[in-house]
Amino acid sequence: MTAPVNPPRTVPRPSATFDQYTISEIQRAAATGIYDIRGGGAKRRVPHFDDLLFVGASISRYPLEGYREKCGTDVVLGSRFAKQPIHLKIPVTIAGMSFGALSGPAKEALGRGASALGTSTTTGDGGMTPEERGHSSILVYQLLPSRYGMNPDDLRKADAIEIVVGQGAKPGGGGMLLGQKISPRVARMRHLPEGIDQRSACRHPDWTGPDDLEIKIEELRELTDWEKPIYVKVGASRPYYDTALAVKAGADVVVLDGMQGGTAATQEVFIENVGLPILASIRPAVQALQDLGMHRKVQLIVSGGIRNGADVAKALALGADAVAIGTAALVALGDNDPRLEAEYQALGTTAGSYDDWHEGRDPAGITTQDSALAARLDPVIAGRRLANYLSVLTLEAQTIARACGKTHVHNLEPEDLVALTVEAAAMARVPLAGTNWIPGQGF
Amino acid sequence: MPVVDLGTTPLRELNAALHALSKDTNETHWHVINPQGKHAVAVGLDAPVTVEIQGHVGYYCAGMNQHATVIVSGNAGVGLAENMMSGEVRVRGDASQSAGATGQGGLLVIDGNASARCGISMKGIDIVVKGSIGPMSAFMAQTGNLVVLGDAGEALGDSIYEARLFVRGEVKSLGADCEEKAVTDEDRAVLSGLLERAGADARADEFKLYGSARTLYHFHVDNAGAY
Repeated sequence: MTAPVNPPRTVPRPSATFDQYTISEIQRAAATGIYDIRGGGAKRRVPHFDDLLFVGASISRYPLEGYREKCGTDVVLGSRFAKQPIHLKIPVTIAGMSFGALSGPAKEALGRGASALGTSTTTGDGGMTPEERGHSSILVYQLLPSRYGMNPDDLRKADAIEIVVGQGAKPGGGGMLLGQKISPRVARMRHLPEGIDQRSACRHPDWTGPDDLEIKIEELRELTDWEKPIYVKVGASRPYYDTALAVKAGADVVVLDGMQGGTAATQEVFIENVGLPILASIRPAVQALQDLGMHRKVQLIVSGGIRNGADVAKALALGADAVAIGTAALVALGDNDPRLEAEYQALGTTAGSYDDWHEGRDPAGITTQDSALAARLDPVIAGRRLANYLSVLTLEAQTIARACGKTHVHNLEPEDLVALTVEAAAMARVPLAGTNWIPGQGF
Repeated sequence: MPVVDLGTTPLRELNAALHALSKDTNETHWHVINPQGKHAVAVGLDAPVTVEIQGHVGYYCAGMNQHATVIVSGNAGVGLAENMMSGEVRVRGDASQSAGATGQGGLLVIDGNASARCGISMKGIDIVVKGSIGPMSAFMAQTGNLVVLGDAGEALGDSIYEARLFVRGEVKSLGADCEEKAVTDEDRAVLSGLLERAGADARADEFKLYGSARTLYHFHVDNAGAY
């Protein structure tokens, strides 16, 4: 038998293990000798809110009339010990993001948008700016390991204090703001020379462990005459024990950030391989609160991958009191806008994938300290976009809550949910759709 | 002169009374007795008053102090004068870990020894320790001056930025990117002034100066081993 002329050939077969991105990363690492740094949160596929569904009302459940019957959305934070708890009109807050990582106009826009909807914004690793305080009707002031910009006057100006133990993108990690973003103003606020790479420590300088944390919280309460709610923020790592320890230490509010939560700059390998998805973290944290008899007494804010009102509603149904958004808020301001595609292409990326927030070359003027780029962002218009987006999140969550027969979004409960996958069912502790099976619950 | 007995008066009451003082108050000299190792004594002061504490205090005494003078006739726990902004804090005894941590201004004087991480992440404060300091002191120290009449423990000034570290005794080891520096006339003048203000029995020419080699100011693959 003679060999056929021009025999058929198999098409090129890419490897599932060594896929295109993986090969490019190996090639990049071999060429540079240093790990890849980027902004944002985990991009890998993980079990998420998309893997849950609401079952809605039926014969045994009575729905509320959409648009006509009231469905409350307000939330009170800090009612455990603080003399002046915070009252938010919606259960969606803006997560901590620093002036330094973000431009001044971006911080102003966050304040404008959040204030329009009666919710809070949060400072970040760099202190409080007058613009931020001026445009945020409710402002949470972060106490971070670096203590950049920390001072007692701003503590007293804040409406709440958030002790940051960790964040979802990098539980256990510190940070670095590269020199190109250390402008004269950022340098002054952080007591650092201009233009140098600025490191943020991963541990607090004056306390270690939960017993010390309790004393640190006491100091902050004494400093502010017990007026301010005190939050403790942790990256999703050991959510049951971290929540229990934060409660034991005296927190008014626990903030739990999943691995999809963004960072200004961290190693890609860290973002993608350390920490838990938010879906896997909410129920253990709620369990800790319930075991201590503190659910709804110490409030739980969750973050990391909240995108729409369904995500908000699902997080609340699993037991959270509120959610926080960061990446989605930046997108609402104008981050990764397709109208800037040509400029993203010039940076070697594309709209929707831009994550080199640490380089300070953001064409949208959000993650930059370059004054010309920052001037591109109109804080009034961007703030309006954020307000619109927050309105939509709230309306969507209300729509779902009404369909489940709830007069307040906090009345949503795990019983309203089913899961589409075994993994999501196990993590969210709700039944696999069409069954009464909750994996890991002993039956 | 107000005298507050912390054996009978709640701490919250003392701090609230001190916070209520105006900048031109006539009650400029307070005495606190029986502190009993309590935490957060005299934190957040913001007036030019003097508070003398008779006895030992716990964590964070005089934290975030502004304008006030706080004198502790005893030992102090963790985080003494943490994040101090201005004013003066003096401890007649020893201080525990993280004394003067992240302080941005003012003068902290410790007559005895200070434990680990003294001056950690300091941001402009001046610290004078008449005894010795523990390991990892002045870690990530940004600005300000740390003066040690005794010895310094391991890894002094690790990852230091622009702070100046004057040590009269021995330094067990220097941390990453910390090196001995030549002492300039300006350095000597700053040191002499601090020794005088602290009432320290020492001469400026007895000290060595340590500061940043500035090799870690820009992240570079060749320095990865130093981190």
